Amino acid sequence: MPHPLDARALAALAANPGCRRRALLDGAGVDKTALASKLGSPAAFGQSQFAFMRGNAFEAKVKADGGRELLRLLGIAEPGTVRVPELAAAGPEGRVARTALALREATEAGTWALLDHPLLSLEVAGSPAHLEPDAVVVHPDGRWTVVEIKSFPMIDGAADASKVGAAARQSAVYVLALERVAALTRGAEVAHSVLLVCPKDFSNLPTASVVDVRKQLSVTRRQLARLTRIEEIAAALPDGVTFDVEGCSARELEAAVESVPHAYAPECLSACELAFHCRERARGAGAVEALGRSVRGELGGLTTVGDVLAAARGEEGDADDPTVEALRRAAALRAEALACR
Amino acid sequence: MSLISTLARLEAVESGRAQPLATVRHRHLSDRPLVLVPLTTAGEAGAPLGALVGTDPGEPRLLVVAQPRDRDLRFAFLADLAEEVLPYVDSFTDVVEAAERSETDPETGKKVKVEVDLCADAPQVIVPSRAGIEYVRLLGRSMRFRRTAEQDPETPFPAPPRVPLLGRWLTHFGERARVPGSSLLLSATDLLNRHWATGQSSLEDQHLGALLAWIDADGPESGAEAALRAELGRDPQGQLFCPPAGPATDPAFDNRLLAPAIERFDRARQALASAEDGESADERLGELHVAEREIRRLILSQLRPTWDAVWRSVELLRELPAGERVADRWTRDRWSFTGHRDRIVAGEPPQPRRDDAVTAAQKLAARESAQSQLEAQEALDDPLVLAGRRLAGEAFVAEVVEVTMAWSESKRPSPRPLLTVRTDDRPHLGEGTKVYRSLEGKPQTAEFVRSEEDGSLVLRITDRMGRSKEPAPGSVPEKGERIAWTLFEHDQRVGAKLPEREETPWTHGGPPRSDTPDPELPDAVTPEDLL
Repeated sequence: MPHPLDARALAALAANPGCRRRALLDGAGVDKTALASKLGSPAAFGQSQFAFMRGNAFEAKVKADGGRELLRLLGIAEPGTVRVPELAAAGPEGRVARTALALREATEAGTWALLDHPLLSLEVAGSPAHLEPDAVVVHPDGRWTVVEIKSFPMIDGAADASKVGAAARQSAVYVLALERVAALTRGAEVAHSVLLVCPKDFSNLPTASVVDVRKQLSVTRRQLARLTRIEEIAAALPDGVTFDVEGCSARELEAAVESVPHAYAPECLSACELAFHCRERARGAGAVEALGRSVRGELGGLTTVGDVLAAARGEEGDADDPTVEALRRAAALRAEALACR
Repeated sequence: MSLISTLARLEAVESGRAQPLATVRHRHLSDRPLVLVPLTTAGEAGAPLGALVGTDPGEPRLLVVAQPRDRDLRFAFLADLAEEVLPYVDSFTDVVEAAERSETDPETGKKVKVEVDLCADAPQVIVPSRAGIEYVRLLGRSMRFRRTAEQDPETPFPAPPRVPLLGRWLTHFGERARVPGSSLLLSATDLLNRHWATGQSSLEDQHLGALLAWIDADGPESGAEAALRAELGRDPQGQLFCPPAGPATDPAFDNRLLAPAIERFDRARQALASAEDGESADERLGELHVAEREIRRLILSQLRPTWDAVWRSVELLRELPAGERVADRWTRDRWSFTGHRDRIVAGEPPQPRRDDAVTAAQKLAARESAQSQLEAQEALDDPLVLAGRRLAGEAFVAEVVEVTMAWSESKRPSPRPLLTVRTDDRPHLGEGTKVYRSLEGKPQTAEFVRSEEDGSLVLRITDRMGRSKEPAPGSVPEKGERIAWTLFEHDQRVGAKLPEREETPWTHGGPPRSDTPDPELPDAVTPEDLL
């Protein structure tokens, strides 16, 4: 049973587009959490139930009163009737179809409508990914706005920049999926800015801010277009490679994972379930990227710790290579400074 | 990161031990710092869960909020925190020394020297990590606009008496921590990262346990192995050996241990509330105490390893001698502390939610000049930092091979000796480029004249040689001396003066209006508020 992609995973792909391992595993729908555990480097992601409960309570508060609270945050004091269509249906395909129908009806009706947890689908590398935004608001003029509800606070009108960035990347994926539906709906247009709703200061009163996601949208669009080339990555694999987490032994899985090149960088630790496994490999191979992407940039053609140190000590390397030359000067200056301690 | 520190990281990878990035200590360390290790409730904006606080490594004070959703318990926590922190801060406010400050005379508009008090020492708060510094800011922000019953009898949820004052101090510390090189509020990870390079990335260096594993490694185990255990090692119950340094807790701790314990506490409280007679109430009160003790034990189990790690970090840093100019930067911290003390005594309102245009511009300018001052001072104090600047062509160490006396061509000739120096460094010099060296702690300027054919450089000294025709003794280098010259100034010149608040230009919103809402207004409170 393939593990379906969610918006968070799609957004994380944008963080490390060069990683073939991640592209392939995500594209094939492999459960990376289970895979990482089986490989002996389990991911350290988890959510505290306190955060979970608080998030749910806050979301319920935002959506209270038949969507009027949310529209108030959008700046609409008197919305008239607000439709809140029923979106329940059997199975994900049913829910996706129900959502598309509700969107069409709401757009034709020309009134405000709030879709609570609609389900959208987006074709990623040949398999459908199901995406569930917190809400979508349909404007009377046919515009659709994605609403993202987060429980981190907006204090004095400002929220943590990295968290806002993550929310924007996630929302961009929803906008992208909505655009597919809008293309088939007459009079519909998807807004390229989303409404981010957060608790205000230290209270649980909601406050909102409009976030422009055009940049994230183009990045994600480009990434997803690139993902379709997974076939090429797969074609380069030896025959018989499989990522059947249940059926294969740890050793078989390890060999299978090794057959796809990774592009580990420390940033992966906060975004990818396999990061600890890849880090171990990168460190084992003495790759300088394990110390950070910027480190790699400074060292020119030297890619391993051993090579760099040997070059710095004058044991190896071409003295005319500017990187080697700079390394030797750096090593000499460092040694001189440490000697006068 | 310069190539020299990259090299240090690579050496750390190879040796399995952290490598020095500094030969002296670049931050002031108080003899009596206050260590604060806070924990917060996941998903809540600044609802504290507990803290260890104190000045004695052996005797931390444990503060716990048994039910973080309970406003009274949170206020009790903040009041206890105030009782720990404020007496510590107050112990520095009364010991003063006389100092001079130049002020503009309002009548004549001239600069005059005014004698003022300067606190002889200042408090220093050390938290585990950068997230801890942000948390101190957040706590400060959440408290400084609170009203006590005394300030406003009508306020719906009055804060305990000293809580708003604590908020103002924490805000001040948090704000000061944004000034490069300041030391009123420090984090253990920043301190360690400034002085040592580990064999991991700077992202991983934010984990205090892993960082210390590299720096404080002993025995045959490599830093990488010890760091891995600190990052990921779990006991059979799935709990981390090395709990996160906070303020966030580990989700596994929250879900498996803390949540059930808080639930027990809630049940015991309900049971107590519904007790029908004195006897059962006594019994249920006992159960409540048991439940509370269990939560305290759990929180302490998460805090204590971090508490010890912070003090261990302080110990490691004390082994390094202080850089010569560290005391100078600490004096600025003392000015900052004294200034805030005076604002509080004068009854000024708490720091506003947002700075006005002029204050913001002043803060930015101050931070920029502090940054360049810090960079210059660190290089002058520490040959290892200077090495990085030498590699970048911003400084050079040279031996004097010849001194030729010369004079300026004015009516009263001043000494302008020419130095021929030899160096292996490659400074970026052009004709007339100014270079500086430190002479008895003050910068002396020279200008670059030319390069000789044999590669030696000719410099002309232009100041600090006294007023007479012959240079003052010791003011001109002698043959054979090895001298460090920098291409950057030692004391960054202060930029153009910024306008007064009342003269804020219209491009920046104009002078602050008096009819805008009172900036002191407390936050709106709701019954379900979390702070």
